[in-house]
Amino acid sequence: MSAVVTEKKLKVVGTRPDRPEGVPKVTGTAQYGADWNLPGMLWGKILRSPHAHARIRKIDTSKALKLPGVKAIITGADFPEQKFDYVGAARVALNFWHITRNIMAREKVLFEGHPLAAVAATTPAVAAEALKLIEVDYEVLPHVIDVDEAMKPDAPLLFEDMIPRGYQPEATQPSNISKRVDFKLGDVDAAFATADEVVEASFRTAPVHQGYIEPHACLVRTDADGQAECWSSSQGHFAVRNLTAKIVGMKVGDLRCHAAEIGGAFGGKTVVYVEPVAVLLSKKSGHPVKIMMTREEVFKATGPTSGASMTIKIGVMRDGKIVAAEGIFKYQAGAFPGSPVMNGCMCSFAPYDIANVRTTGYDVVCNRPKTVAYRAPGSPISAFAAESTLDLAARKIGMDPVQFRLKNIAKPGTPTVFGTKLNFNGFAETLQALQKHPGYTAPLGKNQGRGVAAGYWFNGAGESSAVVSANEDGTVVVATGSPDIGGSRASTAQMAAETLGIPYEAVRPIIADTNSVGFTQTTGGSRVTFATGMTVINACNKVIAEMCVRAAKIWKIEPENVVWEDGSARPAGKRAGEFPPLSFREIASKRTATGGPISASATMNAEGQAPGFTAQFCDVEVDPETGHVKILRFVAAQDVGRAIHPSYCEGQINGGVVQGIGWALNEEYIYDKQGHLENPGFLDYRMPVASDLPKIEPILVEVPNPNHPYGVKGVAEANIVPPMAAVANAIHMATGKRLTDLPMSPPKVLAAIDATG
Amino acid sequence: MAKQHVTTSINGNATEFLCDTHQTLLEVLRDELYMTGTKEGCGTGDCGACTVNVNGRMMCSCLMLGAEAQGKSITTIEGIANGEKLHLLQKKFIEHAALQCGICTPGMIVAAKTLLDNNKNPTEEQVRYWLAGNLCRCTGYNQIIEAVMDAAKELRGA
Repeated sequence: MSAVVTEKKLKVVGTRPDRPEGVPKVTGTAQYGADWNLPGMLWGKILRSPHAHARIRKIDTSKALKLPGVKAIITGADFPEQKFDYVGAARVALNFWHITRNIMAREKVLFEGHPLAAVAATTPAVAAEALKLIEVDYEVLPHVIDVDEAMKPDAPLLFEDMIPRGYQPEATQPSNISKRVDFKLGDVDAAFATADEVVEASFRTAPVHQGYIEPHACLVRTDADGQAECWSSSQGHFAVRNLTAKIVGMKVGDLRCHAAEIGGAFGGKTVVYVEPVAVLLSKKSGHPVKIMMTREEVFKATGPTSGASMTIKIGVMRDGKIVAAEGIFKYQAGAFPGSPVMNGCMCSFAPYDIANVRTTGYDVVCNRPKTVAYRAPGSPISAFAAESTLDLAARKIGMDPVQFRLKNIAKPGTPTVFGTKLNFNGFAETLQALQKHPGYTAPLGKNQGRGVAAGYWFNGAGESSAVVSANEDGTVVVATGSPDIGGSRASTAQMAAETLGIPYEAVRPIIADTNSVGFTQTTGGSRVTFATGMTVINACNKVIAEMCVRAAKIWKIEPENVVWEDGSARPAGKRAGEFPPLSFREIASKRTATGGPISASATMNAEGQAPGFTAQFCDVEVDPETGHVKILRFVAAQDVGRAIHPSYCEGQINGGVVQGIGWALNEEYIYDKQGHLENPGFLDYRMPVASDLPKIEPILVEVPNPNHPYGVKGVAEANIVPPMAAVANAIHMATGKRLTDLPMSPPKVLAAIDATG
Repeated sequence: MAKQHVTTSINGNATEFLCDTHQTLLEVLRDELYMTGTKEGCGTGDCGACTVNVNGRMMCSCLMLGAEAQGKSITTIEGIANGEKLHLLQKKFIEHAALQCGICTPGMIVAAKTLLDNNKNPTEEQVRYWLAGNLCRCTGYNQIIEAVMDAAKELRGA
């Protein structure tokens, strides 16, 4: 591993240049998923289940097909069957038997909004009219929404033959529990017996939607030879390609996917919904097909992350040492298995050095949309429970909550419940930075409280590809396969400019389509600036090596006697000082005479990412008359390794914190007795607006990652982990009451204030 | 049903279009005139991504019919810059990193411009309340508010 660059002053890394795609985004020319059109294009629309749970007896499309303007209709029968098999690492395993049924129902509909047919027609209005003419014969079945209800032995079963995995001895009876996972470190029961104090509490969280402002949308064209092309808004166009090809049964190489500009995702656009439908409609009709979801469809049939039911127990000594911790986490998976409960089990106590830990998780299906990743998937849910209970423990022994966490903080070498040891510094430094903030000791007024919480996230690395090409005027094109959600074009351009020694403005970063650059994993897990960034740096280093070879040719000397310094080739060794340096631009301009185009590609399966760690405090004021909680101040310290573009690091922290505030105070799915979602819109699913909030105060803590040339640690996710507990802990201080049920909306807060005792 | 013939002004250009009576101004802009800078986030007036200026007032273009554009003067995000010269708000949004994904940005900028057209010296609280109908899920609003306040300051020559 190369050492982190610290010995020389960085010129571009750490500065705040304008983002490369800023102008298209502020002038309206940037093309998002719904902004693509083609001549002869049809509009696709999807028929969705009005029932939470029903058997499909028959779908009759004959009347709809006769409507003028209707060009194609598909149902689940048009999709090839998939093998029932969990593939991939346990934390992110996929089962295509489930995936294809989530995209288009077959035997049963499992949630309100579950797709069961799709139409392509000449106008959106004709397509909508055709949906009304499709006749479906349903046998409505009992449904279950709540996770604790779904786990009961007499609950309605979504899959009559699903035997829970992960039990010893093996389970034999079908259940809505898809899987049980457990992790153990030390001897928990013995340690609890030695503890001076033991605190225990139970918690519930509501499912929340990622809430990206851009609904899912795509445009697909197909050719008679079986080739297809797709423009869609996703976190990874390679994932769109691979998933879609598998779901519709075509060769991966026959599907070319373009990354449209993406209007927010937060994990919610790591999967496909509309792309396979558009491919089949386009194949069947012979026309390009565009599908745009409505907001109601987004709420009813995409996302969210799990709601959960959890119990935490923590044993502490009077000096503040935590001796034992236990967590039981029951996560809703939605209609198909695959909640992030394993992450919840792994992350909940990961920031701390606790010798005895046991976490158990249950992945539970219920009649709601299938959950999808949401920013640090799984960790914020379990952290709400764990960090709330830590606050109770600190109160019990009368210790300052930051001091309590510092006393127990994990350091390099600390074992985790999932078996590995922490390898990185940064946790303690982050807590100390928070502690030093002047606001932490500022006096509070009446009905006000201050709450502290911390958060952990793994961060990702993985496969990336990049191509770096020098132009004759000294400019450079950097092509990667990573869609840019939060500023990664800027950060990769900065790292390329820094490495090559050229101005930031000379670098043009682009996101190449799946036929133009090597495979690249999805933009997720806070991996891009780390992994794709490192890949770009590797490609830049190859370009530099070639530049030195070209300079040697120009000077007619040996390549080993050329070095690259500060953006120029210089003669070195026995040739030192023989020629004036040749700049990047001068060498690039002589490419034809020196061997042709100068371009290098790099690919890697990156490793060595450092986990994300954040510590936050917030001040709240609780209105004792209404139960309304006002956020007065929110301070968030996060270890970012090194901030390549500090403004976008701050932006990630601000955004994650505000999503967490929404999760804490407002956001939830409200179902009626029939299992219908009652708030599938932004009016009633209330995300934070500008007037709800103070200015968030981010603190960038920079403890460089030794495994990245510029010290990068992922920054996008850890920030959403602590806010729910921080707010609950602050409400406790303000009111003396412990809120354990999210969201902490005014009626619940008021009920807690009014409760006796 | 026969289409409506509408004569209007969009970004200072005399514009004619045909639309169905049920089509919203947003649908006309995006699907008939291919002006896709105005975004659809919800279609129900709750997110502000489709904000346009109609006769000097801020409007969600998803809540107005295309036919209602008859005789009106409409400004969309495509009409904010003067050719290659960005409006100060557009510059400040880039400078302050006030956008991440950028999907709310066109609506935010049209809304903020309408504010500054009417109030050259807004307080931070006024900016936060004026933009409360424009959802942003990426930024937490800090940098958007800073960009608007900074643009206002510079427009005043302060």
